Amino acid sequence: MKLNQKLKEYWHKLGSPRWFYQITTNWVTFFGASALVLLVTGLVWALAFAPADYQQGNSFRIMYVHVPAAMVAQSLYIGMGVAGFIGLVWRMKLTDVAIGACLPLGMVLTALALFTGGVWGKPTWGSWWEWDGRTVSTLVLLFLYIGIYALREAIPDQNLRARASALVSLVGTVNIPIIKYSVEWWNTLHQSASFSLTEKPAMPVEMWLPLLIMVLGFYCFAGHQVLSRMRLEVLTRESSSRWVAELMQGRGMLANPAKASSTDHGKG
Amino acid sequence: MYFDSFADFLRMGNHGLYVWVAYGSTLLVLLSAFFITRSMSRSVETNIRWAILSRQAEQASGAQTKQEGGNEY
Amino acid sequence: MVGALLLREWKILLRARASIVNPLAFLLLSTLLFAIAAPQLVAEASQQASGILWVLVLFTQLLSLDAMFRRDYDSGTLEQSMIMADVPFVAVLIRIFVQWLGTGLVIVIATPVIGPLLGLSWAAVPGTMLALLLGTPALSLLGSIGAGITVGFSRGGIILALLVLPLFLPVLIFGTDIVNAAGAGLNYTAQAYWLALITLAALIVSPFAALAGLKISVEMQ
Repeated sequence: MKLNQKLKEYWHKLGSPRWFYQITTNWVTFFGASALVLLVTGLVWALAFAPADYQQGNSFRIMYVHVPAAMVAQSLYIGMGVAGFIGLVWRMKLTDVAIGACLPLGMVLTALALFTGGVWGKPTWGSWWEWDGRTVSTLVLLFLYIGIYALREAIPDQNLRARASALVSLVGTVNIPIIKYSVEWWNTLHQSASFSLTEKPAMPVEMWLPLLIMVLGFYCFAGHQVLSRMRLEVLTRESSSRWVAELMQGRGMLANPAKASSTDHGKG
Repeated sequence: MYFDSFADFLRMGNHGLYVWVAYGSTLLVLLSAFFITRSMSRSVETNIRWAILSRQAEQASGAQTKQEGGNEY
Repeated sequence: MVGALLLREWKILLRARASIVNPLAFLLLSTLLFAIAAPQLVAEASQQASGILWVLVLFTQLLSLDAMFRRDYDSGTLEQSMIMADVPFVAVLIRIFVQWLGTGLVIVIATPVIGPLLGLSWAAVPGTMLALLLGTPALSLLGSIGAGITVGFSRGGIILALLVLPLFLPVLIFGTDIVNAAGAGLNYTAQAYWLALITLAALIVSPFAALAGLKISVEMQ
């Protein structure tokens, strides 16, 4: 039962912003460095070395940015839903910090996915936009994000905002598979000429390997961004506490007000 | 390298505009996110620094006046 | 207690006849707008009726949702009923049911009139009524979640729409398909089952979520 106890310990600690800040210090650097390596490698590979698709030609390369963006956009929302669930059940304040951190990136990536999808569609299948399962689902995801964004803007009280966001992101996340199913079903009825933008079966290694690298790179980037923003929010919320003062001192930022300049903290 | 020449690479077999717009916007998004978060980090640290320093200054002057007040008697 | 609550809600509904008339009036009005602006679209043979009808139903529902909890919220009785009710969950459910009576049921009854005005064929009317009967409760249920959260906002209308329309989508999809199938004389049992399933799922989930939202809104007062 040692593992059980350990897990309980971690769970309990997760409620502590200070512990969270300390433990994520290395993670942020790790994710940041990984993201850099993976994305640079992936981008170069996708653009210059991967083969073009037999039917689509070089516009196929857009897949290497469209698919990761869409995947991460959806994962971020589901992450918000999970955080919302944990927040509602266990009343952990960090979950609201998580939701706030995921929201802007998720929204932007969803918009990017829609945009790159359209740019991909024009040369490949002749139109900027087709109403099919994928486009509708992604558009709905964008509205789910905008809904939470508008909600958070409308509630000034931090505690109430947290609860409302948690509730809405949870409901939205539960709704995602339902929407996906029903939209796909709708799609089979309204099948247009374009085929879905999912990877065709049996993509050769030269094609899916750079895709995998790009996907991993995007996830690492998202991890880096979300953790960074969470850490910032934690510092802000806990700014009057002692551990933050000690932290600032440790970084030499409280030494001399006149001397202290904006130090470069790399990817922190 | 899939392409024969750099010119070919840029043209992307006629799809150049689309590919570069897509990749360009992606890069724009990623870099913007990174730099915006970084600038947020700087301003948060500055704000907290000043908040802590001013609080410390308050406490210091508060202690001082207490001392001086004590000497009144 | 349930009986007392139902009676109270029924009385309120009867007194505020606007809550029944308004949705109906809106539906008729928008039908008129379509008939004027796009007569080909609502012509008998155009077969767009299913989509237009359902979208109008969704909008009608949105308008009605906005006011669902508002009067009680403003007067403070919402807070009271949540504190005093033995089972607030049931109170919310009853409120949703009564809201449905005033919107969804009214729409179902009005279908033989509105449907053909939008170009729906007579053959499709029974199927359409079934689809609406199965689907509008889901709309009321799911909508109450958004209504609960946004009742405290002064300009909650658009946020309500943003929150609630994604929830409406599955109902819209299956609902329109039933109407289309009914119009074409095809079998729509499968879709009907799905729609009923969605409503059942909404029935299980919505009161809790709506209640949670209401609690938040009450604390915002």
